[in-house]
Amino acid sequence: MPLTKHLSVAIIDSNPALGKSNFIKKEDPPDPRVSTVTPATISFFKEIGAWQYVQQHRHAYFDKMQVWDYTGLGYTKYNARDVNKEILGCVVENKVLHSSLLSCMQNTEFRKTIYPSRLTSMALLPSSSSISVDSTPSATTLFTKGHLAKLDLSDGKSLYAKLVVGADGGKSRVRELAGFKTTGWSYSQNAIICTVEHNKENYCAWQRFLPAGPIALLPIGDNFSNIVWTMNPKDASDCKSMNEDDFVKILNHALDYGYGPHPKSISSGSVDMFSWFRGDATLSAKECFEVPPRVVKLASERMVFPLSLKHANNYVSKRVVLIGDAAHTVHPLAGQGVNLGFGDASTLSRIIAEGIAVGADIGEVSLLKKYEAERKPANIVMMAVLDGFQKAYSVDFGPLNILRAAAFHGAQYISPLKRNIISYASGEQRLPLPLPLFT
Amino acid sequence: MGSNSISKMAARHLRILSGCNGALLSVRFFSDSTLAQEPIASTAIDSASVSPSINTAENHSQLNNNKKHSAPSSLKHAELAKFSAIADTWWDAEGPYKPLHALNPTRLAFIRSTLCRHFRKDPYSARPFEGLNIVDVGCGGGILSEPLARMGATVTGIDAVEKNIKIARLHADLDPETSTIEYCCTTAEKLVEEQRKFDAVIGSEVIEHVADPAEFCKSLSALTVSEGATVISTINRSVRAYATAIIAAEHILHWLPKGTHQWSSFLTPEELVLILQRASIDVKEMAGFVYNPLTGRWSLSDDISVNFIAFGTKNS
Repeated sequence: MPLTKHLSVAIIDSNPALGKSNFIKKEDPPDPRVSTVTPATISFFKEIGAWQYVQQHRHAYFDKMQVWDYTGLGYTKYNARDVNKEILGCVVENKVLHSSLLSCMQNTEFRKTIYPSRLTSMALLPSSSSISVDSTPSATTLFTKGHLAKLDLSDGKSLYAKLVVGADGGKSRVRELAGFKTTGWSYSQNAIICTVEHNKENYCAWQRFLPAGPIALLPIGDNFSNIVWTMNPKDASDCKSMNEDDFVKILNHALDYGYGPHPKSISSGSVDMFSWFRGDATLSAKECFEVPPRVVKLASERMVFPLSLKHANNYVSKRVVLIGDAAHTVHPLAGQGVNLGFGDASTLSRIIAEGIAVGADIGEVSLLKKYEAERKPANIVMMAVLDGFQKAYSVDFGPLNILRAAAFHGAQYISPLKRNIISYASGEQRLPLPLPLFT
Repeated sequence: MGSNSISKMAARHLRILSGCNGALLSVRFFSDSTLAQEPIASTAIDSASVSPSINTAENHSQLNNNKKHSAPSSLKHAELAKFSAIADTWWDAEGPYKPLHALNPTRLAFIRSTLCRHFRKDPYSARPFEGLNIVDVGCGGGILSEPLARMGATVTGIDAVEKNIKIARLHADLDPETSTIEYCCTTAEKLVEEQRKFDAVIGSEVIEHVADPAEFCKSLSALTVSEGATVISTINRSVRAYATAIIAAEHILHWLPKGTHQWSSFLTPEELVLILQRASIDVKEMAGFVYNPLTGRWSLSDDISVNFIAFGTKNS
């Protein structure tokens, strides 16, 4: 953006991937750490010129999705053509996203420096009104007057900055040092992730809710797919340690007949109580239930991560702002976490540009609060929705199962509802329902 | 010739209105430009005493004498005292100046847009005002001056309250981008006497606190170079403005201390355009500021019924 290109940026990150020249071998099987990026995030990447680098590596667009649960009472199929789009999202390995962003940054003209170390301490003095006549104040004087933040790094260097952006993940050091309080709880679930291989290509995203947690199968390109299976911690460690063949067997079991029957597809001839809802029916409303492609073998190591929900009570304070997982961590069941983070980044950069246009100091709280006012409600609503799903699907109770089945049917056959869900999950719509107050 | 007779007619109409509705509608200054009016006392809105007095030669010379003794001719002393009392809170974004801080980005957006167009500057530049001399008349604590300096302008900020200038200086020194601002405790009239000239003259939220708006506009015009820009923002003297800017803002929501504004001191857009025209400034653009209570934000709009801002150019 022309308004911000004069700003100098320091990136403090001890991740070794930032240092060496990024060379990803095409023959390597996909890494199990992947992210599903929504169309909104893809637009953001295109805007900053980073998507061209993603396209040079393995990435998998998908245009179909099927969601069902173990009770076999209902299912929902989503198709990008329901909302006149070509894709629902794209699955990309995290290392590809990193290297693409790094290439994009290296090829863009602006002052940047990478500091491959960790942040040890950060200080910001309150504004003082000391009278001192100083024609060109040094950075230290400005810091002592409360105008800049001072950061100390683990390799002994010190930096001064007008604005500190905490993008350092769920265990954010910036958040800790700045004293932001958080609210949240751990889900008593761990997620086990791995890459698997099929006999044919897969272009659909599959998610089945099981009693202990959902299992998701996401296409990653070629004949590979990524598995994210949420379950209780004991089962997760068992799954990790069992031998590969046994693990592949239980994977197929979980995706197919395990825990419960297949849902029945409603054929077009039978009595359809939703016919008066349908209006302009979606393409996917007529599609039948399908069984996901069989897993043939495991293609990577298995990794286990604990899951929790965490939200910072405030995103901003003087000269400090939090984005991404540092501000909010969510359940992976809808693949939204990283997309919320990219949404934060996009909004923050726009707000900074708007501030510079009217001569504001980029670290002043009133400017940063505009970012918070835009992102916090949207993030909280998404977290609440995902948390709601997590809780609704973890109880095996007759009446609740029927309610869930009704929800599946509703989403499958009530076209406006389905379109709304797709728009919201794609990042095109900020809130699940068109609430006038927040637009 | 034509404009003179129209203004006389307007003055007559306004006097008739003031006769009907003494307290609320007091005529400020409308008369022939050759006759100078006595400044109306700001605190006393008393229908008996407020009547436009047409100066005799005696009063006229008395005013001239006052000018020679260099008392600030277009300022009201009671107003200065009001601002002096809360000078320390200028930069407290949650303090009594909170509404002004909230309004700042919006008025800057208008200033940026009109000045970039007028001076043919690149609107996508981070420092579009590079090379322009701007004076912020009635700068207060520097809330408007600092962003203008960050946008590249060479800024001079003036205010009649000594305390304000001190606070402005201290705050501007905190950032190397704003420490170049020149602050003076002086008035527009004195600056005119020093024969200073600027590419753009800005008097934002000042004219409603001034005793003689016509004189003030003449001073602003004198400070502007030929083909330069003058920007004035103020509050409209409308019933709606009474309800929002005075009753709601001062008495109900307590955004502003009571007595910050006097409704009788407000100008209507038509009056402002007229007095600027008499001061050789052609108003080219005008916009209103509208507050959205749900989002807490101000935005630019066509609605000039409460807060409005005008951009004019000095004709040569």
